[in-house]
Order: sequence, then C-alpha cells, then structure tokens
Amino acid sequence: MQCDDVIWDIIGNKQFCSFKVKTKSQNFCRNEYNITGLCNRSSCPLSNSQYATIREEKGQCFLYMKVIERAAFPARMWEKVKLSRNYEKALEQIDESLIYWPRFLRHKCKQRFTKITQYLIRMRKLVLKRQRKLVPLSRKVERREKRKEEKALIAAQLDNAIEKELLERLKQGTYGDIYNFPVHAFDKALEQQDEESEEEEEGEDEEEEEDDEGVGKSEFVAEEELEESDLSDFEEMNKLKTSSDEEEQDDEEESSGEEEEEEDEMEVETKTKASSKSKGKSPANGSTARKKRAYVEIEYETEPAPKSRAT
Amino acid sequence: MDITEVPVSNDNKGKKNEYKKPKNKSVTKERNAVEPKLEPKLEASETAFPPTFSVSEIKNKQRRHHMFMKFKLEKSKLKLQVKKKKKKEREALGDQAPPKEVPKTIENQRVYDETTVDPEDEEIAFDEGTDEFSAYFNGLTNPKVLITTSDRPRGRTVRFCEQLATVVPNAHVYYRRGLALKKIIPQCVARNFTYLMVINEDRKMPNGLVLCHLPDGPTAHFKISSVRLRKEMKRRGKDPTEHSPEVILNNFTTRLGHSIGRLLAALFPQDPQFVGRQVATFHNQRDFIFFRFHRYIFKNEKKVGIQELGPRFTLKLRSLQKGTFDSKFGEYEWVLKRHEMDACRRKFQI
Repeated sequence: MQCDDVIWDIIGNKQFCSFKVKTKSQNFCRNEYNITGLCNRSSCPLSNSQYATIREEKGQCFLYMKVIERAAFPARMWEKVKLSRNYEKALEQIDESLIYWPRFLRHKCKQRFTKITQYLIRMRKLVLKRQRKLVPLSRKVERREKRKEEKALIAAQLDNAIEKELLERLKQGTYGDIYNFPVHAFDKALEQQDEESEEEEEGEDEEEEEDDEGVGKSEFVAEEELEESDLSDFEEMNKLKTSSDEEEQDDEEESSGEEEEEEDEMEVETKTKASSKSKGKSPANGSTARKKRAYVEIEYETEPAPKSRAT
Repeated sequence: MDITEVPVSNDNKGKKNEYKKPKNKSVTKERNAVEPKLEPKLEASETAFPPTFSVSEIKNKQRRHHMFMKFKLEKSKLKLQVKKKKKKEREALGDQAPPKEVPKTIENQRVYDETTVDPEDEEIAFDEGTDEFSAYFNGLTNPKVLITTSDRPRGRTVRFCEQLATVVPNAHVYYRRGLALKKIIPQCVARNFTYLMVINEDRKMPNGLVLCHLPDGPTAHFKISSVRLRKEMKRRGKDPTEHSPEVILNNFTTRLGHSIGRLLAALFPQDPQFVGRQVATFHNQRDFIFFRFHRYIFKNEKKVGIQELGPRFTLKLRSLQKGTFDSKFGEYEWVLKRHEMDACRRKFQI
C-alpha cells in the first residue's frame, strides 16, 4: 500500500535517503527523475505517487509520468512521451499530457523543458565555434628538450658566430662605401707589397754574394722555421728592423712573402683553432657547466687580432 | 642444538673472495690450496680476476658497488697515465708533433642527412627561383606582417608582440578577440598582408608561433621557448630604430632548413638599411633556431662590437604545412614526430 506521507516522513527528515545530498544551506536530491533537483516534499519522486519529469537523451526531450495505478509495477511505472523538437508544440504537448495534474508539476515541467532546450542550443553553438584543443605535455620529454636547448645554446656560441658573419660581410664588401676600413686594408696591402718588392731587390744582390757559401744555406732553413713562429708575433717589427743582421734580413724577406700567404691561412687557422679550442672547451668544462647549470650566461673569449699564434 | 663453528679463513681478503663463492666447493678447495701462493700476486696486482668475471655478477649490492668504484678508479688512472704520456711525447717532439686531434662534438658526429643542400645544386637553385618567396628575394614585393595572439593574451605575451613589432619592420599588432583564423586570413589577403604571425599563449607565457605566409603560402608551426623581453636583457642598448635590419641565417643546411630559412628571411625587407647597423640573426643549432637582435659597430676592419637589443627567443620547428593554416585538412610537408626523431642524438632535421 503506497502511502506518500509515511515515506516522506521517513526519508525526508528522520532517516536515511540515499539520494539526499546535504549542504550547509540546502538539501539536494540526486534522483534522476527529480524535477527540480532539490529535496522537498513536493519534489521527491519517491514520496509522490503522481509525478512527472522532463529528461533529455542525446538532444531529444522526453516527458516521464508516474501514476499511482502503476505503483505496483516498477518496470512499467514511468510512462515516456517523446516531445516534439518545436518548442511551442512541445509545450502544448506537455499541457495536454499533464491536463488536470497539479499546478506545481505542470509549471516545473515546463520550466525544466525550457532550461534543457536552452542548454542544447548553447551546446550546438559551441561546437561551431573554435574549440581549444588541449595537448598533453610529457614532462620527461619537455625536460629533455630543455636541456638539449641549453646545450645547443652553449655549442652555438652566438656572439662569435654573429661577429664572424659580420666581418665576412665587411670583407666581401656588402656594406659598400659606408665604412672606411676597406680602404685602409687596401692601402696596407699595397704598402706591404711595395716593401716586399724593395726588400726582395736588395735581397737578390746579397744572395748572389752568399751563394758562394754553401754551408750557410742549410742554416737558413732551420732559422726560417724558428722565425716563422716568432715573426708572426712581430710583423711590424720586421718592417722596423733596420739594424738587424743581413742574414736575418734575408731570411725575413724570403719568409715575408710566404708570410703574406700564410697570414690569411693563419687567420682561418687561428679562428678554427679558437673555435675548436672553444668547442673542445665545452666538454672539458662540462663539470663547470654542470655546477652552474641554472646560470646560462655565456662568456666567450674574444679573439685578439690574429697575430698571436700558439706555438 | 649443534652449533658447529665454521672456521673463518682468509677473511682479510674479504671483497676479493666474493667471486669464488658461487663456484663449486670442489673447485674452491683446489683454489684454496693454490691460493696462498697466488695471494701475494693477487694483492700486488689487484686486478687478477678470471676473464669471464664481470662486476655485475656479485650479488651483494654494497660489495658490488665497491668493486665497481674500484674498477672505475683504475680506469680513470689508466686514462690519466695515457694522457700524461701523450703530453710528454708531444712536448718532446715539439714542432714535429702531429696536429692535435679535434675533439668529437655532436656537430662533428652528426648523422649525414641526405637532404643536405649542396651550395651549387642547380635543382635547388631553380626551385628557389620559382617558389613563393622568390618575389621577395627578387625585390618585387615588400613584406607586411600581421602579429596577433591566441584568445585573451596576458601581459607578457602582449609585450612580446609589441617588441616583435618593433623588430620586424612594417609589422602591425592586432588583438584577436575571439576571431577564427580561417576568417582572418582572407581579410588579411585582401589588405595585402604577406605574413600572419600568431603567438600562442599558455599559462601566461608565449609558447607557440604559427607563421603563415599569406597568399596561400606555407605555414610553419614553431614552439617558442626561453623568451627574454627587452627589460630582462643585461647590458642592452637603446630601443631599436625604424631602420630595416640585416638578416643573418646560420646553419640552415638541409632542404627543410633551406625552406625554413627562406620563410624567416622573407619576414624582413630585402633592402636592409646599413645606416641603422642593426642585425637580426636566426642561428640554427641542433634543430633549435635562436633568434637574436643586435646593433653592431665596426671598431676596425678586424673587430666588431655587438650590443644586444630587442627580444630573444628560441624556436623549434614542429610542423610545416603546404597551404595556409588549416589544422584539419592541411597537407603537411613535415611534422615533428618525437618518438622517431628524438631517438638518435646525432640526427637533426634542419
């Protein structure tokens, strides 16, 4: 025998209802057939034998009705009526089905139906708008990439690379006539050529005299090798040397010609050596890099004018 | 209870003995007999293990660790000795010494990429003469860049966009305000924009860049990392002026690198104003593209000083798409597949 008051008396206030959710200010009902979602005497589907709800499945709204005649048949208790997709027609359908039903249920059903249609419309609109796709990041991969980036930064030696590139561009003349330096270099080269030609003339005369001494030549060879390394440091000194021995002067003249060619090579060499040195430095300095990992400020050794070469 | 005392023999050898225990007792008995003769030798050499022995066979973790550390120590000692020897030889030979060996770096050991571009390759030269960027490099059109962000950018991203706009000449920043990219693109084309840059933001930091070349050109998607804004730079110079900067592209060697390089270079006008003395650098190292913006000054013909202004950031290419931005139906020319491509440490794509 179905007695609503007794049921409400039990589950509503005194004893346990598994659908009830208690909060500080209000009680909610988690029953899926509840029409308002609150735990009230008039909204409880368990303690009202005549009850109606609106529920929505995959965008389609249904009116569920429960009457006391079917209270003994739980499988058939809820009558399901499909509502039309048209809002007004659906409201008329609700009115029709719930005619002579209590005002409260009719009103609440229509309210719930309105709310449901509104959120369905919003869902459809949102799908059309741009949707934000969340891409999950793998922490391990991100950490690995961060470290790779740091190492790549160290290996890149950006300042050096940029300076090198700029100097190359200057040499190639992409800057045209803006800077005065190219002229200086040209003049210097000219001067050096003039000096060479002068000294070579003098050298030829002296060489003829010294050709008679067969022993002396072997000495030249040995001295050249030594002096190359020294001369590179003191290019200007060569030009200024006037009080030096004739032999030394001859050696210098012979090697100065080579020197000019070697200079360019030397520049490249020293640069590559410096770069390889500095590249060699990074693995050797791995320990310091490891200690100072958080501090990625990089100090490069600035190349002095490539006149100095480590022997 | 019978307690038989097991004679504890030869315990001072301790850790050296451990390898004998898993072997048969009969063998150990023999060994024990031979042992006292071998003992002094063992203690002298400290490394007389049977050849099939490896440190990992010791079951006791502490002893295994101890043996391993010993092993490592000896190895490093050996290495030091070899080094010293070499150094002595080198000094003895003096000038006749062979040239120093070049240390192995990742760049030296890089797996050879078949798509590396030969500077004299005619096919590539022809391609580059006729692709979408040829118009810029021939000086026909000038770039016009639109910079925007994802929805609701935070302060850092906004400032980053503003600074980018000062670096790239002829750039305009517009707020996104929830517009769809696919709708923006035809509007941009109508207003003669040549580039669309979208800076994506995550957790108040810029983290992605979509660079879209406009009249249906390629779209590149990069990951941005380590962004430094202007006021975070140490020893920076004054703000960049309106002069068009020069562009330096370093290390874009492969075919993919070439296309990316052209894509980045076409952002800037082709006639740089040398009066401004500003240079924008894109340096590729191990697939990371570092962007820097400097002002340079030539002190003499062998020395140049550079001063960093402007923002700096690193890019990593994620994907290159043929048409304009279309994530669903786009035709991807290249996509970064982490599992495949990150497996080998010596293999790089750009």
